Amino acid sequence: MTLLNVEGLQVGYGKVEVLHGIGLTVGTGEIVALLGSNGAGKTTTLRTLSGLEPARGGKVMLDGQAITNLPAHKIAALGLAHVPERRRLFAPLTVEENLKLGGYLIRNQQAELKRRIDAMYVLFPRLLERRLQLAGTLSGGEQQMVAIARALILQPKLLVLDEPSMGLAPLVVRSIFAIIKRLRDQGMGILLVEQNARQTLKIADRAYVLENGGIMLEGDAATLAQDRRVQAAYLGGAAAA
Amino acid sequence: MSEFIQLVVAGLTTGSFYALVALGYTMVYGIVRLINFAHGDIFMVGAFIGWTVLTAVAASHMPWGIGLLLALILAMLLTGGIGVVIERFAYQPLLSAPPLSILITALGVSIALENGVLLIFGAGFNTYPHLIGSEGFMLGGAHITNIQVGIIVLSFLLMGGLYLFVHHTFIGTAMRALAVDRDAARLMGINVERVIQITFFLGSSLAAVAGVMEGLYYTEINFFMGFVVGLRAFTAAVLGGIGNIPGAMAGGLLIGLLEAFSAGYISSRWTDVIVFLVLIGTLVIKPTGLFGERVVERM
Ligand SMILES: Nc1ncnc2c1ncn2[C@@H]1O[C@H](COP(=O)(O)OP(=O)(O)OP(=O)(O)O)[C@@H](O)[C@H]1O
Ligand SMILES: [Mg+2]
Repeated sequence: MTLLNVEGLQVGYGKVEVLHGIGLTVGTGEIVALLGSNGAGKTTTLRTLSGLEPARGGKVMLDGQAITNLPAHKIAALGLAHVPERRRLFAPLTVEENLKLGGYLIRNQQAELKRRIDAMYVLFPRLLERRLQLAGTLSGGEQQMVAIARALILQPKLLVLDEPSMGLAPLVVRSIFAIIKRLRDQGMGILLVEQNARQTLKIADRAYVLENGGIMLEGDAATLAQDRRVQAAYLGGAAAA
Repeated sequence: MSEFIQLVVAGLTTGSFYALVALGYTMVYGIVRLINFAHGDIFMVGAFIGWTVLTAVAASHMPWGIGLLLALILAMLLTGGIGVVIERFAYQPLLSAPPLSILITALGVSIALENGVLLIFGAGFNTYPHLIGSEGFMLGGAHITNIQVGIIVLSFLLMGGLYLFVHHTFIGTAMRALAVDRDAARLMGINVERVIQITFFLGSSLAAVAGVMEGLYYTEINFFMGFVVGLRAFTAAVLGGIGNIPGAMAGGLLIGLLEAFSAGYISSRWTDVIVFLVLIGTLVIKPTGLFGERVVERM
């Protein structure tokens, strides 16, 4: 079932248009990768979906409802969670305060919120020991766990992640990807932006390649991994097979 | 020794006004990076609302304690509301405009408030009714008035309450979050505009309490009173590290003590010069203020 449907999305900064009308879809229980080189417009795409940048044209539907240019806090309430590039934790706040803010919209259901935060400590046991530590003092991997946990508190329908593997050791990346797969298997829709195309195409179901503000290629993740253009641009040349 | 105690108590009393007003500067700066130069006039408006209520109370048969409580509550609510209206119509449309536009707007708001009060209440001094006499008690040879004690106690209660609010409620946590990263706060589902309004409400209502206190303490108010207090409170906020809540509290009390001691040992004519030197000195030597260590630890 289609969860996210983007059509003809145009976004720009000042006089410069960055996205020239892109379309993509994400279904329930599906990992969709969005690949592209630096400056292609991946972050801009995600920020527009979650309401941080205004769309100049096109439309965004979430679960059958138009969310184009709604304020970000309303989009969050409708079930789209965004784990931003570079994590963007509230560094001077504790891990627990960060998680609580993830549940800001259910702040009046205290027992339920506590239950969901505890569930995050089960998913990421390392965070339990560090719950009163300031988020800014965590290791990169731990920070990424907080960023993901914080986004999951509202039990979103669609999770969009912007380079969750950035700056992390391979082992940590693997465990984060494992969690993303598990969320997919539970029926969540996932839109994953990554530089690391090789690993991403392994866990993704489908993928889009964004270049110069337009979708250049799209298809099955396995098929794209074999595509010569993708191999040349993102998989380190023909040697990768 | 008795003079010293006298000066400390006087300093803590006026320092309480400065601290309460400084909190408004610092909270607003902390979350929207805006120096609300109209904040001193918000304090002045609070003093006039309190005056209006207390004058009515004095003419009625209401017990003065209840009347005073009513004056404080109404001044807080109405002034807080005015703060929210100012934010909504003067600042919100400009939040992503260049800082200079906002600065000019703040000066415009300041002029509008002063002239509004001038039109309604006139240019003279308005005298606060003498609800509380100047009774007091002796402490180490110094005469301490009940009103001084009342002002200091109430200010500390409000400051303690604000600290608890900011650190132990969801809205307070949202305020701290949004001071750090506004976009990330939006992604959490926080209605940022609403939280900014709440911040203006709180800052304005604390200034209103200070305004009523000032009226009770000095007994006379006029439309221009916000300028000096605003400047001193702003200095207090900068001294404590602008954006830092405990810093504003400490900075306010320090400026109050500085004022009392310079008046007691030098001359009150020098107070403004000394306060101004503190402002310039802080900005030159330690722009982050006494308590502003790292920029991220704003609130
Ligand atoms: N706030 C902004 N103001 C102006 N231009 C911007 C802004 N943010 C991004 N851009 C421009 O938009 C284009 C797309 O940027 P974007 O961050 O979306 O790329 P990206 O695909 O996420 O890149 P990366 O892989 O490096 O993260 C770039 O040319 C960038 O310079
Ligand atoms: Mg990016």
